[in-house]
Amino acid sequence: MTLNVRAAIVSLLLLFVILVIWEALNQAPAATTALSEYELLMGGADQQARVPPPSKIIGHAYDELSRPFYDAGPNDKGIGIQLAYSLYRVLTGYLAAAIVAIPLGFIIGMSPLMHKALNPFIQVLRPISPLAWMPLALFVIKDSEQSAIFVIFICSIWPMLINTAFGVATVRADWVNVAKTHELSQLMTAFSVILPAAAPTILTGMRISIGIAWLVIVAAEMLVGGTGIGYYVWNEWNNLDLNSVIFSILMIGIVGMLLDLALSGVSRLIQYEE
Amino acid sequence: MAIKSLGNPYDEKTQLIHETGCSCGSCQASTAEQPEGALDDLGAQAKEQSGQNGGEIKPSRDVKLDSDFDSPDDMLDRAIENAIVRGVFNQHDPSRRRFIKLVGGSTLAGILASLLPLDKVKAAVKETRGKLEKTKLKVGFVPITCATPIIMAHPLGFYSKYGLDVDVIKTAGWAVARDKSLNGEYDASHMLTPMPLAMTMGAGSVAEPYIMPAVENINGQAIVLHNKHKDKRDPKKWKGFKFGVPFDYSMHNFLLRYYVAEHGIDPDQDIQIRVVPPPEMVANLRAGNLDGYLSPDPFNQRAVYENVGFIHILTKDIWQGHPCCAFACSQKFATDMPNTYAALFKSIVDATHYSAKSEKRAEIAKAIAPKNYLNQPEIVIKQVLTGRYVDGVEKTVHDVPDRIDFDPFPWHSMAVWILTQMKRWGYVKGDIDYKGIAEQVYVAAETGKVMKELGYEPPTKTYEKYNIMGKLFDYNKPEEYVNSFAIKRI
Repeated sequence: MTLNVRAAIVSLLLLFVILVIWEALNQAPAATTALSEYELLMGGADQQARVPPPSKIIGHAYDELSRPFYDAGPNDKGIGIQLAYSLYRVLTGYLAAAIVAIPLGFIIGMSPLMHKALNPFIQVLRPISPLAWMPLALFVIKDSEQSAIFVIFICSIWPMLINTAFGVATVRADWVNVAKTHELSQLMTAFSVILPAAAPTILTGMRISIGIAWLVIVAAEMLVGGTGIGYYVWNEWNNLDLNSVIFSILMIGIVGMLLDLALSGVSRLIQYEE
Repeated sequence: MAIKSLGNPYDEKTQLIHETGCSCGSCQASTAEQPEGALDDLGAQAKEQSGQNGGEIKPSRDVKLDSDFDSPDDMLDRAIENAIVRGVFNQHDPSRRRFIKLVGGSTLAGILASLLPLDKVKAAVKETRGKLEKTKLKVGFVPITCATPIIMAHPLGFYSKYGLDVDVIKTAGWAVARDKSLNGEYDASHMLTPMPLAMTMGAGSVAEPYIMPAVENINGQAIVLHNKHKDKRDPKKWKGFKFGVPFDYSMHNFLLRYYVAEHGIDPDQDIQIRVVPPPEMVANLRAGNLDGYLSPDPFNQRAVYENVGFIHILTKDIWQGHPCCAFACSQKFATDMPNTYAALFKSIVDATHYSAKSEKRAEIAKAIAPKNYLNQPEIVIKQVLTGRYVDGVEKTVHDVPDRIDFDPFPWHSMAVWILTQMKRWGYVKGDIDYKGIAEQVYVAAETGKVMKELGYEPPTKTYEKYNIMGKLFDYNKPEEYVNSFAIKRI
């Protein structure tokens, strides 16, 4: 047996043990007698708040995933539709950020003057929590949908910008000098020498960004509501329905993992050996 | 408003064209001519009709409509008959009068009715009159039982009854509801009764003239405490407590402050009041972030249902009949789309009256419990709406039918009381034109009109005095009222 197979078996065993313990610890006591009206109004015999056992969550997940695209009105849509809304917002904001951050990163990386000039702005703006922008965005943009996209934009721009600048600035000087001896123009140098050399660093920045964007969208949607996976969590939280909350936590994790896998796939394509 | 050309067309003595020197009552009464812009849509239509024969109309506001016609519909009926009769006589008034003298007005009416389906013509004209500028609307709501009329109007078909296709959109909290209303995403929204006042004055947001056509609910809130405080029923023992209220500009905030202050507790010094969106109250209470809250239902009942807290007092026992939530929209919406506004207004007033019927409450609870609306267990909503509930302390089932009630009429005196509290706690500074703002924002006259049209009896006055925890509130002396409190921030 290879190491991988053995590791997988241990992982599965651990998961199984955790689930069994979880299930055993969280059994609701069975109601023995019919409830009086008073007991019914008080919330039944099950008075202790407990985390739902895995069997219930799996049942709920099956129920939700078997009809992912139902649409029962503006406040009640299937998990598939909610995820699609969130993905749309994340990708729009993220692409807009990439369009701004990568060229700007090139300028900062290639020009020490611009690096020094822009650095104070970047250092002040970067640590601001993206959600702190939300009230201002709502006021200025006057549209909650676009405000959410703006928040994604502002949070995913920094890792890309800084990584691009760093990657561009640290391209080996020899290579740039070779380009100079071949009398390549600035633009040609940027595209044919610096871009391929800095690509892995840029991709790392993009990978960090998509992770942050996916983290932030949940919080942003909890704030503005309406649609999206964040709204779904919030809506179920209102109802104190932990089944759905745990289910959506899992879904958020899975989608986030898929996004990361996609970008790591791309970055493997552009790796190079020196 | 009276339209001069609307004399009885079946009467030989009436002139329909009002030439100079016309001796009919309305011509005598009119003194000043109104500018074109002052014509309302009815006047404009009548003008169109009489305009065919060059007959002049001089709408005058001195002669009141009520004396001539029972309702705008009656007047429109007359205008239609008028136009048809004039058409029959080729717009020649003398020949009409001669003909009636000969055969009698009722004969003419009979002949016309046999030739023309007058009722159908009238109906057709009326339909085009109220053409909706926009039928697809977005109305925001925060998922609480106060919003019952706004929400249940959707599943029970009150919006569609008035030709509207309304999406009711769930909103995370009041600040978001306010911002989405201000930026035009919502055409109208569920709000708290103090919010349109605050927004109009620019307290806590940019100033934008808002109007509040209808109160949603009265009563229906409660003070809930964490189960660990079951021995601290006396507010004097609450020093150091952390309380949640849904919004700064809310009845909840003002009632909680009023209640503790009457017990000698300073709400700013002795306790801490935090803004927590209603849906997050129970989770915060369970986590120990809050010792209690004054919040909208169903979250009071939900705390009991979850065995987290108990109901200390219902707000109806602080102030019986206090307003809470409201239906509000911008002044601009009402002005730009009068017909849509009127239809929406009617559906809300209609739905509010329907909600007020206690025998309908169980049905409503079932309609608004699903995920698309409140997303709460039906049994919790039912306890709130029917008033047959448990409080988490006593081992009995209470029966309080007026735990929550619904009444759309926006009393000006309620607005004045709210403004006194905003002044008292320092939310607004300086002099306030209490009655002026109250009458601008709470459009009680319009509400009364709509109630009448729908067959309900509106109150005959818009101000009344209140007795809140044994202290009298006189709307005529707001400033004295504010100054009479021992604990205040001015």
